[in-house]
Amino acid sequence: MMRLQTRKLLDRAFAGVGVFAIVLMALALIAILLPIFQRGAGAYVFRATVEHRRQMLDLFERGDEDVLVKEMQKALEARQPVLEALASYRADQSERLNEAIGAADRLAQRDDLLGRRIARAVEQLRHTADLRQQIDRLSRIEQLMRPQSTPDMTDDLDLIRDITSELEVQAAQYGELTERLRQLLGPLPGDEPRILPRFRYGQARWDRALIKQSQLLYIEEWDYSDASAMGRRVLSPRRDLFADTALYPLFEHIENDLEAMLRPRWTFYGRFLTDHSVDAHFFGGIGPEALGTFYLTLGAMLFAVPLGIIAAIYFAEYAKPGRTVSFLRSCVSTLAGVPSIVFGLFGLAFFIYTIRVSPGKSVLAGSLTLGLLILPTVIRAAEEAILAVPREYKEAALALGAGRWRTVLTVILPAALPGILTGTVISMGRAAGETAPIIFTAAVSVGVALQPTEVFTQATPALSWNIYNLATEHEAVDEIRHVQYGMVTTLVGIVLLLNIAAIWMRARISRKLRG
Amino acid sequence: MNNIPTSEFAVRRPPAVSVKTPRNPAQAGNGNQLMADSFSVYYGPFEAVKKVSCAFPVGEVTALIGPSGCGKSTFLRAINRMNDLIPSCHVKGLLYFGGKRIYGPKLDVTVLRRRIGMVFQKPNPFPKSIYDNVAYGPRLHASCSRRDLDERVETSLRKAALWDEVKDRLQANALGLSGGQQQRLCLARALAVNPEVLLMDEPTSALDPKATAAIEDLIDALRGAYTIIIVTHNMQQAARVSDLTAFLYEGSLIEVGATSQLFTNPKEKRTEDYITGRFG
Repeated sequence: MMRLQTRKLLDRAFAGVGVFAIVLMALALIAILLPIFQRGAGAYVFRATVEHRRQMLDLFERGDEDVLVKEMQKALEARQPVLEALASYRADQSERLNEAIGAADRLAQRDDLLGRRIARAVEQLRHTADLRQQIDRLSRIEQLMRPQSTPDMTDDLDLIRDITSELEVQAAQYGELTERLRQLLGPLPGDEPRILPRFRYGQARWDRALIKQSQLLYIEEWDYSDASAMGRRVLSPRRDLFADTALYPLFEHIENDLEAMLRPRWTFYGRFLTDHSVDAHFFGGIGPEALGTFYLTLGAMLFAVPLGIIAAIYFAEYAKPGRTVSFLRSCVSTLAGVPSIVFGLFGLAFFIYTIRVSPGKSVLAGSLTLGLLILPTVIRAAEEAILAVPREYKEAALALGAGRWRTVLTVILPAALPGILTGTVISMGRAAGETAPIIFTAAVSVGVALQPTEVFTQATPALSWNIYNLATEHEAVDEIRHVQYGMVTTLVGIVLLLNIAAIWMRARISRKLRG
Repeated sequence: MNNIPTSEFAVRRPPAVSVKTPRNPAQAGNGNQLMADSFSVYYGPFEAVKKVSCAFPVGEVTALIGPSGCGKSTFLRAINRMNDLIPSCHVKGLLYFGGKRIYGPKLDVTVLRRRIGMVFQKPNPFPKSIYDNVAYGPRLHASCSRRDLDERVETSLRKAALWDEVKDRLQANALGLSGGQQQRLCLARALAVNPEVLLMDEPTSALDPKATAAIEDLIDALRGAYTIIIVTHNMQQAARVSDLTAFLYEGSLIEVGATSQLFTNPKEKRTEDYITGRFG
């Protein structure tokens, strides 16, 4: 016989372990959800630059044009020193180039075949606008002439060689710098217009702009000198490359005046949820994905819930115990354990290729597949809920002369409703989040929001699939992390909301049943 | 001699069954509306009710008594075929109601159950409003107008002596009533379909003495209008409310007779042993 003290101690220890487990679970949940929510919130609330407002006006026709024009003027004013530095650097370079051209001209003065060839080449050179091509042609003239040169030509040839090699290096450095500048501030004056929106605007988000700024200011290199260790990242200031040039002050401007150039402002972008995406999620929102998930989940529910409840009624009320029924039951259990990717392949093979519910991937095929996936869960939850209805209710109804079917409809189902509802909502969350079944049956990476009439034939983007897609297959994963997290947060938020709604409804119905 | 206060029910229920005529001749039919003829009920191979033969006179209250497991509830539930719910249960012999075989192939069990109402051991109102509980039966069998339905509900609740207590909260959930009220509501629900027979399976075993008294008063009030068969563990209750008493033991009907006679002057030894408390 255990002593009373020991028993009390054990009781308390068990209670403690239970509380500890629950607290641990809650903490884990918070630890997982909080960072996701925090990052995902960044898709909705962030410091938007003037470039974001330009996009909104251009692509979605939102915002006040006059205000924006004025703001853009101010931003351009702030960017002016940068542009001036670029222009003056280019002027310096042309001057150097002209020196070399002058040398080439001198060479062309020779009154012989060689001189005439050089003169023709220089003439061609003058018709070329691009600095890099000019450099190219010059160095080709130099290389061509060198073997045939006479001693009096050496000085000029050397001059041309020095200047072209110097300019070549500078042009490469300048090209990289301007590429960074374009990413940060958008196209530079004189650039050819480009089609993709990602090249037409500077950074729309201030957090991304800061990263681009640092990439502009510093050159990232990897030091592999220590062979036994991992490569080490080394940042060296880019301005060192441009010491003593007209570009040197540009770095100062970019470092200190970026805010004036981009004018970031805290913005709530609530329509992230409903906007379509522009240029493969570089801009815009996740509207088509959210709508796709809604369609798919709703479709799966429409298919699985009635069927599941009917099957559950059959199992709980009609089926006579026997081989067939226990076989059917184990079928349902097995179905619940089948990996979801198998459902996806089955959906492709059966719904699309065999019975051809649609010409190709479609919301309908995806919904049917998802419905099949959650069917076992719905059946089990509903069956358990029905079996949990007190036998007395059923007896009372039968004793009053109600038929079996009538009893089920008027007494058993209403009493089982809270349980059925819980199972339904849990499976709804599952349907909303499943990825594998829709890969082959419904999901596309980029698509437009579907009209309700299009769901029978059209494929759709969906949150779950696009989260995966953005994380793994997108061409610029890093640029659009915020969209990815925004999708995750939205999906988790939707599922949470559904669960809360279910808990609330369940509580309401239970209260009504309890009286 | 025994612990039953015989004098009391002797005063209350003097007439013997043999001299009784049906109180409601219109409902009488052949006088033996409900009749069992060597009727047996099996659970699988086990014979729970063994070749019972008896008749339940119209308008009378018949009590079924006997020790636990003697088959009285099984017999009662066989009368309106509630045992159909149990897969292993099957019957032999004959059971007539109004001259028709209850287990006959042509019988519509929903009609049978409407004509033979039942009140269960545990109050089992539906988790619906009081009104919907009583209206459940009428709604099943006829599409009557709202006014007819209201009337039906009120009449039934009045018959169950519950109207005054609930008339102001007909839309409240029935599970909010007390146990005794719930049982009377179940009675009202059963009465609402105008049955001819009422089966009561230990209707007061889950109730306190006051609620029990209320139910017994109701049974007394319903006497004559309905044929009532009541299963009870409580021999005083059987003595108080019934006209006839049947004693079952191990599935067999040992003795049936006028309550006053059975309790005061049982013919069978086993009956006497049981009612005097020697076993059971």
